Amino acid sequence: MTTHTTTPVLETRELSVQFGGHVAVNRVSCRFDSGTLTAIVGPNGAGKTTYFNLISGQLPATEGEVRLRGRVLGGRSAAHRARAGLGRAFQLTQLFPRLSVADNLRLVVQAKLGLGFRFWQPASHLIAVDREVEALLERVDLAGRAEVPASQLSHGGQRRLEVGMMLALDPEVMMFDEPTAGMSLDEAPVVLNLIRSIKEAGEKTILLVEHKMDVIRSLADRIIVLNNGTLLADGEPAEVMSLPSVRQAYLGESGEGAT
Amino acid sequence: MLQALRDTLPANRWIRLVLLAIVLGVIFTPWLFDGTRALDTAARLSIFVVLAASYDLLLGFTGVVSFAHALFFGIGAYAVAIAFDHFAPGFGVLLVAIVAGLGVSLLVAFIMGLVSLRVKTIFYAMITLAVASAATVLVSQLYHLTGGEDGLTYRIPKVLTPAFKLLDDKVFGVRVNGKLMNFYLVVFSSIVLFLIMVRIVASPFGRVLKALRENDFRAQAIGYNTLAYRTTATLLSAAFATLAGVLMALWLRYTGPESVLSLDIMIDVLLMVVIGGMGTLYGAIIGATVLMLAQSYLQGLMGNAQDVIGGVPILSELMAPDRWLLWLGLLFIASVYFFPQGVVGRFSGPAPKEATT
Ligand SMILES: Nc1ncnc2c1ncn2[C@@H]1O[C@H](COP(=O)(O)OP(=O)(O)O)[C@@H](O)[C@H]1O
Ligand SMILES: [Mg+2]
Repeated sequence: MTTHTTTPVLETRELSVQFGGHVAVNRVSCRFDSGTLTAIVGPNGAGKTTYFNLISGQLPATEGEVRLRGRVLGGRSAAHRARAGLGRAFQLTQLFPRLSVADNLRLVVQAKLGLGFRFWQPASHLIAVDREVEALLERVDLAGRAEVPASQLSHGGQRRLEVGMMLALDPEVMMFDEPTAGMSLDEAPVVLNLIRSIKEAGEKTILLVEHKMDVIRSLADRIIVLNNGTLLADGEPAEVMSLPSVRQAYLGESGEGAT
Repeated sequence: MLQALRDTLPANRWIRLVLLAIVLGVIFTPWLFDGTRALDTAARLSIFVVLAASYDLLLGFTGVVSFAHALFFGIGAYAVAIAFDHFAPGFGVLLVAIVAGLGVSLLVAFIMGLVSLRVKTIFYAMITLAVASAATVLVSQLYHLTGGEDGLTYRIPKVLTPAFKLLDDKVFGVRVNGKLMNFYLVVFSSIVLFLIMVRIVASPFGRVLKALRENDFRAQAIGYNTLAYRTTATLLSAAFATLAGVLMALWLRYTGPESVLSLDIMIDVLLMVVIGGMGTLYGAIIGATVLMLAQSYLQGLMGNAQDVIGGVPILSELMAPDRWLLWLGLLFIASVYFFPQGVVGRFSGPAPKEATT
């Protein structure tokens, strides 16, 4: 492994959580640097989503710590972490179902700009917000669906909005949890190309949970493998994929490695 | 203001017309309808619109279920009542009473929010119910201050009483006296308060409230401190309810547990919001109108009906004026069954559907 001289953007140290007797994430230590895309793989139930939940504060850790730019986050709330630069796109879509697609995005942009506690100005006068939302709608290919309630989008549309909401937040660390799961073949590229372009801009730290190996090979700088909550491997894609222990854990569990 | 109205008004043209008719009907009540009964109904209606709208801010927009809302209404009314009971009625005293009432309400709302908004909805609802009953007991115990069960009757500034004559002549057949001044003080204050709520709902803050109702988890994940927003909404809602209570105390010139604090009031307000449509604000206007008209006139109407069908055995039993509550109940069940999103919710915008795949 390389030795790091600079502080990584994101780091977990011995991060663990237990549900009853079951250790879902077990002493995972990892560093994530700016401008890199790390794929997180592992069979279903390996603890990938839970690992994300610990990082972004949806779940309190039972042990270990999360550091953002060297600062320990401790008991900080999810809201605080989001403001500090940890963004999530959830595996199970989390939208504001009865609000319009545009309003879903407006809420995020408004959160990013810190405009929530304005009581008097009409929200529709926030031109800067609307302009940003228009651009976002284009990026996730939802421009024609702006005024539709989010719940009426197709599954793929909802997944794209989910991703769009994280883009709207524009956080320093972007955590994508199976962003293309359940998407049709022509929809997935929209999201994958977005992730690629963000990566190529080189300013973000991207964590991506993904099952499809071809996607991982073409996008990831590095792979970490979780199995039963423990870190099984960490390294360059080709190197990691050839490890016997990984092949066994990964291919052994879920046949073709995609769900 | 126009922008805020444009952003929030229900899209349906008929609903807009009905709303306009109600507002104009209330404003011109002295000329349109005869008698003090109509004037009284219109004044109470305006006040209840404010109270119901302030409750909608909480229940419909933020998703907070509270049964203590009438408490803040009561605090506002009792602040005025106690002040006018102790001091010569003047507008200075009134102002002090308003400030004091708001202060007490905000403090109570803040403590309740701090203690209990973290907990699950059902527990918060139960805590508010407990606080509300405790307050009713407290009011009857503090007899010397509150008049106990009997309540307080007091004098209000003279310019707001029938004894005060502004003009000698009638204007199109209506006597321009202090009572009319009082009426318009109540009606226009209510309109202003309602419009302020419209602006709040149309603001970036209002947008966040809707987000909390829709998906609290997601709201947190994009950086909103949901507890702070929920507490602020509770405070705002309490403040508007308090001001509605102030107006009630001014209008009735009497304040008692039955008129401003009882569980009946809480239930009425709940019905108004549900019938009109939660999370629409304007639903409060329609809900309050339906309920007030039913309460004021259903009994009389049924009396008439009974006169007509007096002979028919079972029907005349059912139509007995004493049964009006039964009919109100049926009306409510029917409205919830046919318009689960309330009248305004039903007739404006696309009906929210379950996620399509
Ligand atoms: N809130 C929870 N309570 C109890 N068990 C949980 C909870 N969240 C996740 N788990 C368990 O932790 C394990 C890891 O789950 P998860 O992180 O969702 O896996 P992955 O995302 O890798 O498929 C699973 O066994 C799951 O059942
Ligand atoms: Mg998962």
